[in-house]
Amino acid sequence: MRSRRVAAAAVIAVSTLALAACGGGSSGGSSSSGGGSDVGGVHNVSDVTGGTIRYANSGDWDSLDPADTYYSYSWNFARLYSRALVMFKSAPGKDGATLVPDLAESLGKPSDDAKTWTYTLRQGVKFEDGTPVTSKDVKYAVERSLDKTTFPNGPTYFNDFLDLQGYTSPYADSDPNKLGLKAIDTPDDRTIVFHLKQPFSGFDYFAQMPSTAPVPVAKDTGSKYKEHVVSTGPYMFDTNDLGKSFTMKRNPNWDQATDPNRKPLPDRIEVALNVNSDDIDNRLQSGDLDVAIEGTGVGPAAQGKVLADQTLKANTDSAISARLWYTSINSDVAPLDNIHCRKAVEYAADKTGYQRAYGGATGGEIATNLLPPVIPGAEKFDTYPTPGNAGDAAKAKDELAQCGQPNGFTTGISYRAERPKEKATAEALQQSLAKVGINLEVKPYPLGDYAKLYAGKPDFAKANSLGLNVFGWAADWPDGYGFLAQMVDSRAIRASGGNTNFGVKDPEVDAMLDKALVTTDTTAREKIWVDIDKKVMDDAYILPGIWSKGLLYRPPNLTNVFITDGYQMFDYLALGTTRK
Amino acid sequence: MTAPSDVPGSAVHAEPEAVTVGMGTTIQGRSLGAIAWRRLRRDRVALGGAAVIVLLVLVAIFAPLIVALLGHPPLDFHYEKIDPDLQVANGPFGGISHDFLFGVEPVNGRDIFSRVVYGSRISLLIAFLATLLAVLIGAVLGVVAGYFGGWVDTLISRTMDVFLAFPILLFALALAGIIPDKAFGLEGDALRIALIVVIIGFSSWPYIGRIIRGQTLSLREREFVDAARSLGARSPRILFTEMMPNLVAPILVYATLLIPTNILFEAALSFLGVGIRPPTPSWGGMLSDATHWFQIAPNFMLFPGLAIFVTVLAFNLFGDGLRDALDPRSR
Repeated sequence: MRSRRVAAAAVIAVSTLALAACGGGSSGGSSSSGGGSDVGGVHNVSDVTGGTIRYANSGDWDSLDPADTYYSYSWNFARLYSRALVMFKSAPGKDGATLVPDLAESLGKPSDDAKTWTYTLRQGVKFEDGTPVTSKDVKYAVERSLDKTTFPNGPTYFNDFLDLQGYTSPYADSDPNKLGLKAIDTPDDRTIVFHLKQPFSGFDYFAQMPSTAPVPVAKDTGSKYKEHVVSTGPYMFDTNDLGKSFTMKRNPNWDQATDPNRKPLPDRIEVALNVNSDDIDNRLQSGDLDVAIEGTGVGPAAQGKVLADQTLKANTDSAISARLWYTSINSDVAPLDNIHCRKAVEYAADKTGYQRAYGGATGGEIATNLLPPVIPGAEKFDTYPTPGNAGDAAKAKDELAQCGQPNGFTTGISYRAERPKEKATAEALQQSLAKVGINLEVKPYPLGDYAKLYAGKPDFAKANSLGLNVFGWAADWPDGYGFLAQMVDSRAIRASGGNTNFGVKDPEVDAMLDKALVTTDTTAREKIWVDIDKKVMDDAYILPGIWSKGLLYRPPNLTNVFITDGYQMFDYLALGTTRK
Repeated sequence: MTAPSDVPGSAVHAEPEAVTVGMGTTIQGRSLGAIAWRRLRRDRVALGGAAVIVLLVLVAIFAPLIVALLGHPPLDFHYEKIDPDLQVANGPFGGISHDFLFGVEPVNGRDIFSRVVYGSRISLLIAFLATLLAVLIGAVLGVVAGYFGGWVDTLISRTMDVFLAFPILLFALALAGIIPDKAFGLEGDALRIALIVVIIGFSSWPYIGRIIRGQTLSLREREFVDAARSLGARSPRILFTEMMPNLVAPILVYATLLIPTNILFEAALSFLGVGIRPPTPSWGGMLSDATHWFQIAPNFMLFPGLAIFVTVLAFNLFGDGLRDALDPRSR
């Protein structure tokens, strides 16, 4: 489901924190001069190898199988044991959101219509057992990722864009080599060609998904493959106790000569699963753990403790994510079908209250438009400026008058009952909108069916006057398509529910989306995303709330620590440790 | 010889008179109620409970006045009282001061005192109404089942079994989720209150119903019922004039003991998010919100929790005392 998309947080102003942080580098046991310096957003720069990095996850992994995983922390981590065709560069800040070839020699070569994409594999890449990797292993990996019965968690981009011609799964494939999919050609062992049914200029973003990492057909055990994924990266699985923990060791068949992107430092990696999140926060501070792998930041209890203590605070990074917490303004519900009434909501809303609901400045930055600043090419603008972002009653009343509702109106505001922050948002909006006469009836609905049966089901939302819907959206990857497509495309709205676009209905926006899909020039494409952003804001379909941030704690023994815009958390490929 | 009659011990023959003399010249015939009242008056714990209940009812009735004097409107935000970084109150103890007696709520700075005071209205209103509903259904069906027996009894008793076996909390969660915003001519808080009252009332009537049925079973074999019947009284008269007065005591006792259960039920529903809707304050709802903050703002959880605790304890103590007073054998 969409709600699983946990893109979490990205780089940001670390400069002041970084200055304060350098002093803490030596407490990890090693007093070498290797640790302790911060360069270009990287804390504790070091190339010292060895040691063990200990991760903990407050929940279970959706799956370690590269075909079946859909969390950004998992995609970040998967680069340690799998090599997809393309990957996000292991670099701090904006550079981390750029794509570099990994298993392939170069980025994809599109045909003129952006419907055919060709990759050439590097020479000499091997599986952990020494078998050479061929383009057929990549094709097989993509084929199996199409099977959503066996792998329900993974993304469906290949299902949606490849010219499948009825192909469903290699497990139901009559081809003896299980390579019956016609949408992918492998003319030789190093070349792979993807045929799409519609143009898509950003195909390299698909190619960076773990599902393009090669899988040997002989070792594939379907849904049990996650028990032992065959590695192509610098680490391979040592032990794997599903639901509890797993460990990784160095992969002897990974060759640095084939891999310009990775510099693996630790000798071992240990991951504990299903650990209480408050426990994780405490153990990070006591030095008993190195990384909270989900990368969403410390919990509210630990946040209070960390922010109140200057020493602890110095060891934190604030990561802004490609996630927008927003409130949809539903044009199906009268009188919000009138643009002036929608604009009145934009002007009346007190965004400082929105920010408080999400934990203040630590929880996020006040958003004035859709695209989060970490998305390449994003522009920050404010179509409805108000003093101090606290709302402008005069302008709101003026819009109300133009709308023909000078005394305001009454409508509902829905939120997900299990989310205290969304409840606080609804109550804060209720307060600030009441000042101009817009009365909100607060209506909680269960999280699990919020999009399917309630706010995301057009006839339900209309019948129950859900004029405002509190929601949030994160990009699958930092790119305008990954962020906007499911949020503003009116053709994605289904009457049966399950929508993530709650009411943006503008044919011009749809046309711009189509144009972006065929624009292979990156700069020109990024410009279109910004234009869409502006148009949606002009239409006043969405009340942006905040761009989410996470407060990440960084134990002093970790080296090469930086936040990458690619995943908006620490880059797990680069981490080292001084603790032996 | 001295005559035996000189012996003062002639009381052996005079015992009945002696009693009369000893008690004074007038015999006070006391009604059952008066006897119970005497017993209750001597039970200080029960009286303490009753005093707290009276106080709580007064607080609920005069909530606007109390809040006007000692607090702030329960829905008003006080951002200036909140630390913008931590989202909890400025200063120690969750912002407790002479101005905010119980401190302020995290994030929005609402006055916890006012919200607890207003929350008493919802809690008590729902608990009283739900108990009333449960008693009405339970008493009527219990008497009918016990008095008529036969297939009527079987039908009603099995219905009670079904209700007792029903996973009522899950049912309440499901029902509260699907009920529309306007139904039965009600909307908003009134509809939610009515819905919760019906859910709680319908789930707790069998407890009273069973007890009343049992009492009725034994009462209908008693002589005064036979007497009434032989004088030609019809069933309704026997039921409501002869037997009901004898059932008032157990009904009263179990109603008093049902109220705290219903307060907890309402709190549980609000805690699970299907009770009264925000921003209207309710104790259970406040507790639910406070679970995310109890480590850094314990006062947010403490005060609504204390309110529930004190209320439930007071009703239980009073109910126990009432039972002892009305039916000492049950001690």
